[in-house]
Amino acid sequence: MAVNLLEVVRLSKRFGGFVALDSIDLAVAPGERVGLIGPNGSGKSTLVDCLCGTLVNETGEVRFDGRDLAGLAAHQRTRLGLARSFQLPRPFASMTVADNLRIPLLYTVNARRKPALTEAEIGERCAELLTVVGLADRARHYPKDLTQVAMRKLELARAMAAEPKLLIADEAMAGLSNSEVNDIVALLIRLNERGITVILIEHIMRAVMNFSQRLVVLVSGRKIADGRPDEVIRDAEVERAYLGQ
Amino acid sequence: MRTPPFILLGAVIAALVFAGARLVGNDYVFFAGYTVLQFVVLATAWNILGGYTGYVNFGTAAFFALGAYSSVFFHKFYPLPIPVLVAIGAAVAGLVGLGTGYLTLRLRGAFFSIATLALAVVLQTLVVNWNYVGGSRGAYVIRPAEDSVLHLPYIQYLFLVMLVLALSAVVIARTIERSKLGYGFATIRDDELAAEASGVPTLKLKLIATVISGALMGMAGAPFPYYIGYLQLASAFALEYAVNAIAMPMIGGTTTWLGPLIGAILLGTLQQIVTVTISSAVNLLIVGVLLVAFVIIAPNGLVGLWQRLFSKR
Repeated sequence: MAVNLLEVVRLSKRFGGFVALDSIDLAVAPGERVGLIGPNGSGKSTLVDCLCGTLVNETGEVRFDGRDLAGLAAHQRTRLGLARSFQLPRPFASMTVADNLRIPLLYTVNARRKPALTEAEIGERCAELLTVVGLADRARHYPKDLTQVAMRKLELARAMAAEPKLLIADEAMAGLSNSEVNDIVALLIRLNERGITVILIEHIMRAVMNFSQRLVVLVSGRKIADGRPDEVIRDAEVERAYLGQ
Repeated sequence: MRTPPFILLGAVIAALVFAGARLVGNDYVFFAGYTVLQFVVLATAWNILGGYTGYVNFGTAAFFALGAYSSVFFHKFYPLPIPVLVAIGAAVAGLVGLGTGYLTLRLRGAFFSIATLALAVVLQTLVVNWNYVGGSRGAYVIRPAEDSVLHLPYIQYLFLVMLVLALSAVVIARTIERSKLGYGFATIRDDELAAEASGVPTLKLKLIATVISGALMGMAGAPFPYYIGYLQLASAFALEYAVNAIAMPMIGGTTTWLGPLIGAILLGTLQQIVTVTISSAVNLLIVGVLLVAFVIIAPNGLVGLWQRLFSKR
C-alpha cells in the first residue's frame, strides 16, 4: 500500500447535519490518470477541498507521498506537491498573467529547492509555462482582459507552476468548446507523461473517457464506483445516479 | 530605481525640507509640519496592512497611543533620548500587533476591522484605569528647551525625528512592495484561497504585515507626548488618527508606497491650513467629503487616476 501517492481512508465531512462526504476511500498510484465524476452536489469539490487543506475533514485520513496530511495548512500541502486548480478560476487580479505564475514559483518551488531560482530563471519558467498552455502572447495582460478559456488555462498553468506530484484539475473545461476541450485533455496527458499524477474532475464525459485510466464516481457524498472507465459507466448504480430510474 | 539611490534621494529631499523649514524662520512651520509628517508615517504604516494585504485596520489610534504611552511610561521612569523611545514604541506596538493579529487575522473583511476597533477601546479603557501614566487626568511631559545632541530648538529636533521616521516608513513600504513579501501580500489582497493553493503562507504573511504596520504606528506615536506637552486620552486615542490613516491612502492610492505619501501630504497640509484659517472642527468634515468624492471619482486614488489617464496599457 505504501506505493500509493495519495491515500484517502474513511474520510468524512459534514456541514452541520448535512453529510457532504461519507467515509470515502480512495487510492491513487503514482503516474495514474484518474477521472472523478458525479452529479452536481455529490461532493467532488468538497473532497478536493479536504485533500488540499481548504476544508478540514472531521474523520478519516489523507496520506500523500507517505505522509499524513492532518493539521497541515493548504500552502504546506502545496509545497509537498499537491496542487489544484479551482473550479471557478481565481486569478490574482492585480497582477499580470506572467506575475500570476511567479507566485507558486516564488513561494512553492523556491521553498523546496536550494539554491532558489534566480529572477532570470523565474522569468524563463513563466514564459515556458505560458507557451505550454498557449498564453504566451498574454503575458503582460491582466486577468480581467482574459476570456474564460484563457482564464482556465491560466488557472491550470498556475497549478502546474508549483511543480506538483499530483495535480487536481477541478472542472478545468466547463464551458469550453470541443476543440478547446481536446487541447486541455492533450495538455493534461502531456503533463502526465512527464510523470505528474492527475486527478481530473469533469462533467464533460468525452473528456473524462479520453483522459482517464480509472474512473471514480461520487454520488451524494459516497463513492459508488471505482474501476476501468468502460466498466464503470455500464455499472447499474452509476446509470441510475445519472439517468434516474 | 534601486533602493540605495532611492534612500539617497529621499535623504536629499528630507534635508531640503528641513533646510526650507528653517529658512522660513517660524516655529509654527515645524509644529504644522510635524503633524503632516506624522500622518505620512501613519498612512504608510496603515497601507502596509490595509493597502497591500487588504485588511482594513480601524485601530490606528490604538497603536499610535501605545507608542505615545510607552514614552510617557519611560519618561516618568527614567528619561531616555527620543530615538530610544521610538525604538521602544515600535517594539511595544509591534508586539501588540503580533498578539492582536494572531487572535484576529482568522477573521476576514468587516469582522477583522471590528476586532481592531475593539482593540482601541480595550486599550483606552486600560489606560483610563492606569494611574501611573496619568489615567483619565492625562500626563504632563515637559519638553526640554533644546536637544542634547544637535542643540536644535526642541520642536525642530522633533520635526527632524519625524522626518527621519517618515523617510524610513516610505523606504520600508517601497522595499516590501518590490520584494517577494510584497507579491505575497498582494495575493492575500486578491484571493486568499488561491494564495494558499499557490503555497503562500497567508497567516504568517498577515502577521508580518500587522507587526510592521503596528510597529511603524507605534514609532509615530513615541515622540508625541514631547510634541503635545500634555498627553490626554482624547488626543492619544483620537478618532482622526484612524480616519486619516484610512482616508490618506485611499485618496492617494492603496497599491503603491506613493499613494499614502501623496495622500498624507495633501490631506495633512490641507487640514493644517483649514485649522488655521477656518476652524479645527472642519478637519474631519473635509476628510469625509474628500473620501466620498474619491470613492466616486477615483476609487484607486490619485495614483490610480494618474495611471488610468496617462498610461494606456
